[in-house]
Amino acid sequence: MPDAPLITPDLVAVDVVAADRDDVTRRLVDLLVAAGRVTDAEGFLADVRAREAQMATGMPGGIGLPHARSEHVTVPSLAVAKVPAGVDFGAPDGPATLVFLIAAPSGGDSDHLKILAALARRLVHESFRTSLHEAPDAGAVADIVTREVVPS
Amino acid sequence: MKFVAVSSCPTGIAHTYMAAEALEQAGRAAGHEVVVETQGAAGSQPLDPAVIAAADGVIYAADLEVQGRDRFAGKPFVDVGVKKAVHDAPGVVAAAVAAVEAAPAAGSSASPTAAVATAAPATRQVGTGTRIRQYLMTGVSYMIPFVAAGGILIALGFMLASVAWAENGAIEVTGVDAAVLWTAFEWGNLQHWAVLLFQTGALAFGFLVPALSAYIAYAIADRPGIAPGFVGGSIAGLVGAGFLGGIATGFLAGFVALWLARRNVPKGGRGVMPVVVIPLVTTLVVGFATFLIIGPPMKAINDALTAWLNGLSGGALIPLGILLGLMMCFDLGGPVNKVAYVFATTGLINAAGDIGSTEARIMAAVMAAGMVPPLAIALATTLRPRIFTEAERESGKSAWLLGASFISEGAIPFAAADPVRMLPSFMLGGAVTGGLTMAVGSGLVAPHGGIWVTPLISLPLLFLLALAVGTVVSAFAVLFAKNIGRNPQEAVLDDAESLAALSGAR
Repeated sequence: MPDAPLITPDLVAVDVVAADRDDVTRRLVDLLVAAGRVTDAEGFLADVRAREAQMATGMPGGIGLPHARSEHVTVPSLAVAKVPAGVDFGAPDGPATLVFLIAAPSGGDSDHLKILAALARRLVHESFRTSLHEAPDAGAVADIVTREVVPS
Repeated sequence: MKFVAVSSCPTGIAHTYMAAEALEQAGRAAGHEVVVETQGAAGSQPLDPAVIAAADGVIYAADLEVQGRDRFAGKPFVDVGVKKAVHDAPGVVAAAVAAVEAAPAAGSSASPTAAVATAAPATRQVGTGTRIRQYLMTGVSYMIPFVAAGGILIALGFMLASVAWAENGAIEVTGVDAAVLWTAFEWGNLQHWAVLLFQTGALAFGFLVPALSAYIAYAIADRPGIAPGFVGGSIAGLVGAGFLGGIATGFLAGFVALWLARRNVPKGGRGVMPVVVIPLVTTLVVGFATFLIIGPPMKAINDALTAWLNGLSGGALIPLGILLGLMMCFDLGGPVNKVAYVFATTGLINAAGDIGSTEARIMAAVMAAGMVPPLAIALATTLRPRIFTEAERESGKSAWLLGASFISEGAIPFAAADPVRMLPSFMLGGAVTGGLTMAVGSGLVAPHGGIWVTPLISLPLLFLLALAVGTVVSAFAVLFAKNIGRNPQEAVLDDAESLAALSGAR
């Protein structure tokens, strides 16, 4: 899938109830495995945990951002979970209600990685986060990301 | 205020870019300009040195080792780590502003920060010069194999020819149509072998200026520069601009290609940029410039110098020998060299084989002077090997053979890498040899061949003496010039850089 979009509605989970950050990450990984974007769920989860252990990825504004570059990833992908009750990602201002799992192939060429760079830059913008918080369903979330994340 | 920043994070896909975006936004909000170099997984676009120079301060939002930290030497900075930049970019920018305000104004020598700051501009100047030198060295390092292979094969061809044909061999071999090699080659025929060596060498030599041009462009713009560089160098040869013309086309091709590569193009067009668009447009621009801008003055120089020389040919011989010697060594195969050489060879027709004629003496002076630069380089690298790089020392060894064979181009690797120091040194030796050859009265009725046509030179021992004196003078001038304008430390640094450029080229 060389030109697969960063995200599709299949990769969005709404109204997730999760016990902790590992739980919500696992669910998102399962979505990526089901879509054929991750080949080994346990292997990729281990890579994400290792990254999370270096430095928590929670951000101000209710964002959790687990991510990893991994040999188990076939195409740069974004999976999104909306967790109304929140789940802790180590951010100073409280739990995350919006969780982004970024999966990058370990050998990805720079064109592929530029889309992830563009995504990271958009995530900083409050308007982008707000529109995702307010998106009513999986299709809307995927649409917003596809529309707004364009490599510079 | 203006800031430059570097961001990086362990994974290189998220926080690096979030920090960059956050810092740029926070800067704008507070009325400052922040330009960020993202040292992440998507490759890093280095900051423009001009932007760095203009910056008041530096923000390090890096969890990894900052690449190229020395570029920012002497500027006030804050070092906050990537997470802080993501979470509180406005705070980081405020801290950076405070750091700049706290730093003493550059120029007051009271504090260590200021001392570093005043040292910084000098470092940057060296940077530009060093970079130009690296471009040249890259071009030269790719050119050397062509000079060595081509030059040595030509010389071996001359050598074999002087056995195969007896005394006129070095002349005869150049007159044989190369087609004999694939139509009527005789395995036992030494003359054919001599032609094989000479023709192969001559073709290899034909790549000298194109390769120099191509790899200067390559050093500047990477692969998209190679094709336009080759074409530009080839045209430079066609219009008679020599290796100096090839250096010009190399820089032109490189910078045009680099400029094009930095344009923003729609995503769909990016794939065809480096393989089609950049080489196509750059080649067109370089072709236009070389034919129409570099070409006409070459023709004008040629015509004017030829007319001038013809006017002088009735005058005193020793000054004429000095002048021809200067011209032969001025550009080693370029327009000025060619005028002197063609002036001598066309005169030979009038000499009608008379070795005592003025025309024969002019030819002898021209050939002797043209042999000086490679021989001087060979001698200089033998006398003081330590001030030359490994690659230069190796080139110096083959220069003995090239110089002896009147292949002035053997000195081009040295001249191209450092024209300002090398060319005047060569010209000094060329002038001495040209004048002396006239003074001793040697004549020559062959247009080329070097020591391989010694039987065709009158008073050969005095000819060789004149050659030797000019060679020694030039070699010492080279050694002397190498020490001008640089302290010993810098010379060592330069050598290290040259080596790096050369080993990178291999």
